[in-house]
This record gives sequence, structure tokens and C-alpha cells, in this order.
Amino acid sequence: MTAETGAAPPALEVEGLRFRYPDGTPALDGVDLVVAPGERVALLGPNGAGKTTLSLHTNGLLRAESGTVRVVGVELDQATLREIRRRVGFVFQDAEDQLFMSRVRDDVAFGPANHGLRGAELDARVDAALAALDVTHLADRAPHHLSGGEQRRVAIATVLALRPDVLVLDEPTAGLDPASRRDLIGVLQGLDVAQLVVTHDLALVLELCPRTVLMDGGVVVAEGPSRELLADAALLAAHRLESPPGLAPAPRG
Amino acid sequence: MHAPDGFLTGPTAIATGVMSAGAIAASLKASRPELDDDRIPLAGVTAAFVFAAQMVNFPVAAGTSGHLLGGALAAVLLGPSLGLLVVAVVVIVQAIGFADGGLTALGYNVLNMAVVTALGGWAVFRGLRRVLPATATGVSLAAGVAAAASVVLSSMAFSLQWLFGASAAVPFDRVFTAMAGVHALIGVGEGLITAGVIAAVLAVRPDLVRGADGIDRAAGPAKLPRARFVLAAVAASLVVATVVAQFAVGDPDGLERVAEDTGFIEAAEDHAFGSSIFADYATAGVASETVSLAIAGIVGTLVTLAVGTGLLLLVRDRRQGTSADAERAPSA
Amino acid sequence: MGAGHTHPLHVHEHSRTHHLPAHVKVVATLTTAGLVATAPRDDVIAFAGAAVVLAAVARASRVPGRFLVSRLAVTAPFLIAALLLPFVASGPRVDVVGVPLAVEGLWGALGLVSRTLLGATASLLLVATTEVPALLRGLERLRVPPVLTQIAATMLRYLEVIVGEVGRQRRAMTARGYDPRWLWQLGPLTAGLGVLFVRAYERGERVHAAMLARGFTGRMPVLVAERPATAADWAVAMAVPGLVAVARTVGAVVGGAEAWA
Repeated sequence: MTAETGAAPPALEVEGLRFRYPDGTPALDGVDLVVAPGERVALLGPNGAGKTTLSLHTNGLLRAESGTVRVVGVELDQATLREIRRRVGFVFQDAEDQLFMSRVRDDVAFGPANHGLRGAELDARVDAALAALDVTHLADRAPHHLSGGEQRRVAIATVLALRPDVLVLDEPTAGLDPASRRDLIGVLQGLDVAQLVVTHDLALVLELCPRTVLMDGGVVVAEGPSRELLADAALLAAHRLESPPGLAPAPRG
Repeated sequence: MHAPDGFLTGPTAIATGVMSAGAIAASLKASRPELDDDRIPLAGVTAAFVFAAQMVNFPVAAGTSGHLLGGALAAVLLGPSLGLLVVAVVVIVQAIGFADGGLTALGYNVLNMAVVTALGGWAVFRGLRRVLPATATGVSLAAGVAAAASVVLSSMAFSLQWLFGASAAVPFDRVFTAMAGVHALIGVGEGLITAGVIAAVLAVRPDLVRGADGIDRAAGPAKLPRARFVLAAVAASLVVATVVAQFAVGDPDGLERVAEDTGFIEAAEDHAFGSSIFADYATAGVASETVSLAIAGIVGTLVTLAVGTGLLLLVRDRRQGTSADAERAPSA
Repeated sequence: MGAGHTHPLHVHEHSRTHHLPAHVKVVATLTTAGLVATAPRDDVIAFAGAAVVLAAVARASRVPGRFLVSRLAVTAPFLIAALLLPFVASGPRVDVVGVPLAVEGLWGALGLVSRTLLGATASLLLVATTEVPALLRGLERLRVPPVLTQIAATMLRYLEVIVGEVGRQRRAMTARGYDPRWLWQLGPLTAGLGVLFVRAYERGERVHAAMLARGFTGRMPVLVAERPATAADWAVAMAVPGLVAVARTVGAVVGGAEAWA
């Protein structure tokens, strides 16, 4: 699924991104990345590789020194910031940070309401997002009383309600018990939206993301079909990762 | 000190309510630049922190424990206006949501626990920062002493309110002695906790301590002398409490003299309140009335001075605020 | 974690009280508390009347008595202080089971205890029958500055999270042998609290970022239009202070118990 269609622009396109932390250490040193419409791409790498930093650039929460971010052809700058933030649904690592209202329904409504929706239209949007994540029964609950898995799904609903072109998920399965994890994977597979998944969960990558991008030291070091990349034990080991069990060919004598 | 409904009379509740509302309005105006920058979530989580911190049991002695008030702490961390707002929200929510403090008592509860502590504490803090070294240790000590003072100021304010609006006939001088004495000791705890928390925050993220402007980072983390400091602080507050008690209960002659010389007695007698304040009191002679008035005068002056200074600093800082904010490094 | 629908403060039921608009209930509660707080301390008729009215409201709203009593425990320190009044007040004394107690103090204690319990009950009933978001919106309708309600909303949202962090930190300290009993052993506690403040603040920064990511401009969007209050709503709600006012009037006419005693 890498053939160029020519017609539709990529859901997300990052070109030559450079970024330094306030104390001067380089975090991103020229990153290129493309996510096609509807495609699901995994972003792997050791801690400190710059994965989360890169993800924070996709919706303008961090501003690059040089390079561009384009979402469905629209380039990110001061003028398009608001529009880009609607198109990029960012799901934070800690769902607690993202669910700041007193009721689930209000959290899901927050995004669309900020973009002008009201009344029946707003309610319909909220209901659709809740249904897509199978959390309609949690609509009137308080977010801080939900389990980790429930919070994670509600957090996705809060950004899905904005009808984004791409979802950027930061460690979506971290800390989930197996059943919640299974529910989440099922939900993500059913969503018809491009996804960039930052994760350490290699089994998730194999199930969900046909393509993988590997980062280290602020640059992309490898890219390709997930099955191939994850089977390359030497490559992974060189970047402090491991092949998922059962995938790497056993050494033959 | 979350006083319940009817603890003080109606007129007192209304008068203190007006004062509190005024202080809150002034703080809202002074902190508008920050809050417009959509920093309300920060104020909110800080309020949650203050609320949670007030619930912590701090050991005092042999298993007994005390609690933090946090007005001065909030002011040193966030600045006087935002600090006042944060603690005011905590007190108000405690009254409405948790029945901790009466709804009709909000006037004096907010005044004593948020306004007096934040503004009075900030005034004392700024005064001390002028004389103490601009290091982490200096700032922490200033914060600690300011917090202790804020507790004493708060109890003084309450005693004054009791003078005007008591709902039961416990004479002012007794109330004042008891309040000031006990709170001098509580203040020690508040001071130690505040100093410790400020020192800890300075060690990790000094940019989060509004009161630490101009601090010399190179001087390293705060060194707070523990045992000696505590003993000194306890001794100091015992001395203060004893002196105050002597004043109140002991020798009224000196005070009466001062009152006569300054014409205070005549003024009090002419004052419309003159008879009604003490109407409920079965006072034993003129002497204690005079003493009560004299203390009230001193106390009133002190509290007004501290709170007024805090308010002035709040307004002045707001005007200078724009340049100070521009110098601060932008957050990611 | 969440146990059904009962938030610690809120009792999830369906009653006329629960369905009243929040700002109407706030006005009624404040009026009731004001009437109780300004009642003369020996106005036993007013106090008894208010108690009956509030009990009826609790019953009609299906708020359990156990719930109210357990929440009222927060007023205990002041109740105890009030009960000390007969011992410390000045003035003529009377012998009660052999103990000389100040008459002033006895009446003062009666007034304080009554006002405290009745006022607290009124505010507890308000909170038990009103959900937090509705209550905050109701306050805004009563001209409370939105900044304050927004700070309160965020505070209440993250209160349990931070209290949880305090608890976990304390447990970790205890597990490593820290058992402070004296003032000078405070050090680690205050250092820990400082760390928690930094964590809370950094969480606030992340929440801020999350709000921006969903288009926040500084003004909270209007999410749900609350139904306007009808005359019937006001009549039902204000009947409570109305009845208390009647009790006050009767008490004023009959005269305070002090005169009778």
C-alpha cells in the first residue's frame, strides 16, 4: 500500500523537521515522515529518540526551528494553527491530562463546541464519537472514576469528535490490562482515519500498523513494512529494541 | 478555622463579605493578564494541591497533628493576587461542597483564611526579602516567617471580628489571648511547612516560585537548620504569647494611661458602637473595657497595615507585571 | 474507583429537588441559612421549625439520614467549642447537676450548636441534590465570575488525583521507615509536598496543552443549555426559607426561651 495514488495529499507529511530543547540539546535533527490517508503507521524507537517530541509537532504544541508539517496539504503555521489542531487528533500518554471536565459527555463536546458546534448538531457529534469508541454507557460518568482502559477510549473519543484527518496516539496501550488492550485494538482497527501510533508495544504494531518508522537520536533510521522491519533483530538491537517473540527467525546452526 | 453559620452576627458577616468580595475583585483584575493567557488550568490544579495539602496530617508532638492553611504558601508560589484567588476558591468550595464552614460565614472565613493570609503573608514576605539574602535559603526563610505571621494575623483579624460581632458573651480580651496564643504556636508549624515546601520547589523548578524573582541560583539549594530553628521559633512564639497575655490580662494601668493621653477613651465613649459592643458582656469594671479597646486598636492597626500593604503590592506588581513576564522564558 | 452513581457529595436520585435548576436551589439555601444564622440564640421555635422543614426536604429528596449525619461530622470541632462556652463565659452562673455553668454560655451554646447544624444541613442538601457542573453553572447565573467557577471546576476534577498522589507518596515513605511524630521530623513531608506541587503544576501545563489542542481560546464553550427556571420551581424552592421565616415570626411573637426559662 505504498503506491502513489497521485490524487489525495498525505494525511500527514513532515519534512526536514529540526527542533532543539530550551537548553540547547538537539531533539529532532531533520525528520521526514509521511502518513497516507487512512494509513496506520507505527513510530518506534528507544526512549529519548524524539518520538514524543515529533508527535507534539504534528499539532503545533511544539514549534520547529526549521522544516514543515503539512496536514492534508495544509501547511502548519500561526494562521492555520487552529485548523490543523482540528485535523490532528492528539491522544496524550496520560489520559488524565486530557479529560479535564466533570463529565465524559462534556469532555467529548469540548472540542467541537470550541469549533462552533451547538445544540442538536453538537449532541449528534458527541453521540457518534461515543458510539465509535463504544463508551456511550459512560457518557454521564466522571472521568476520574473510570478505569484506565475506559479513560483511554474516552480520550480518543474526545479528539475523534473533531473529525480529524489523522490520529496521533502516544503509547495507547501502556498500562492496560489484556482485556482493555484487546478492546482498544479492536476499536482502533475499526476507525476509518489515518493513525500515527507512537509505541513500545511491538505486538500492537504487528496487529494494527502495516508500516513502521524507526527513530533514534532525532532522525529516522529505518522505515518499511512492519513484518520485515520487526524481524530484523540486528537492526532493532542496534537501537535498544527487541524483536517480538516468535517473529525473528530462529538462528540456524 | 472554618467558622460555621451564625458564629458572628449578621452585620459582621455582611461587612466581612463586602471586604472579601472587594479583595477578590481586585485580585481578579490584577491577575487578568495571566488568566486570559488561558492559565486557568494551572490555578485549578494549584487549588487542588492546596486543598489536598490542607488535608495532610503534620506531626506536632507525640502523635498529635496539625494542618496547613496555605495562604502565604499560595502567595509566595503564585503571587498575591492569584494566590488569594486560589485559596479563596478552596475555602468557598469547602463551605458549599463539604459543609466545612457555614455559607453565611463565607464573608469572614474567606477574609481570615484567604485574604489576610495571602495579602498579609505577601507583605511580610516582601519585607523580609529586602533584608534576607537573595538565595534559596533566604527566600525559604522569608516564606516561612511570613507564613507564621500570616497565621497570627489571621487570628488577630478573627478576634477583631469577634469584638464587633460576637454571638456569645466571651470577653474580647479572653478570646484574643486564647486565639493569639494558640495561633502563635500553630504559626510555627505553618512556617516550617511553608519554608520546607518552598525550599523543595526551588530545588527542582525555581521558575514556579513567583516570590523568588531575582534569586541567585548559584548559591545552591536552601539549607534550613532544623532542630535549632524549630526550638528558636517555638521559644519566640511563646515569648510573644506571654507578652500578649500580660498585656491583655495583667497590668492595665499603663494602657489606660496611654488611652487617656491619646484621647482614646473619650473617642470610644462617643463612638456609636460604644455601648452596644459591650452590652452583652458582664464586664467587671471599666478597666477591662479599656484594655480591650486598646488591644483592638493595636491589633486593628497591625492587621490593616499588613493587608493594606499586601493590596498595594498587588496593584503595583500588576502594573509592573508586563515587563517581568516578558523576561521570563517562554514555556514549550 | 467509581462505585455506581454515588459521588461522595452527591446522592444520585430523581426527585423534584434534584430537577430544580441549580441557581434556584442556591438562592433558597442561602436564604434559609441566613434566616437560621440570624435567629436569636434562644429562638427554639425557629430552630425546631427549621429542623422539621429540612428533615422534610431530605425525605422528599430521598437523601438518607445516615449520609447527612456522617457529613455533619465535619462540624464537630465547633460543636465541641460551643459546648465549652458554658464553662468559659462570664456572668451569673447556674448549677447544672452540681456544676456551675454560665447562663450566658448555655444560651450561647444552644444558639451556636443549632445554627451550625442547621446551616450545615442546608448546604449538604444543596450539594446532595445538585451535580457539580450544574451547581457551577447555577453560580455563574447568579453573577459569580466565571474565572472562579472554572478554577473550582478544574480543582474538583483533579482533587482526587492529587489526593491519591499524596497518599501514595506517604505510603512509600512509611514503607521505608518514616514515622514522624515530632515537629522537627517534618522535613521529608515538606520536601515530598514540594515535589507534589511541581508535579501538579506540570500536570496543569499538560492539561493546558490538551485544552489548546482541542481549540480552547480562553473562554469555556457553552456545552449544555440549562432549562430556565419556572415560577413553579421558585415557589417550590423558596417554600423552604418561607416556612423557616414563618417559624422565625412565630418565635418572635411568642418570645425567646430565655425569657421563659
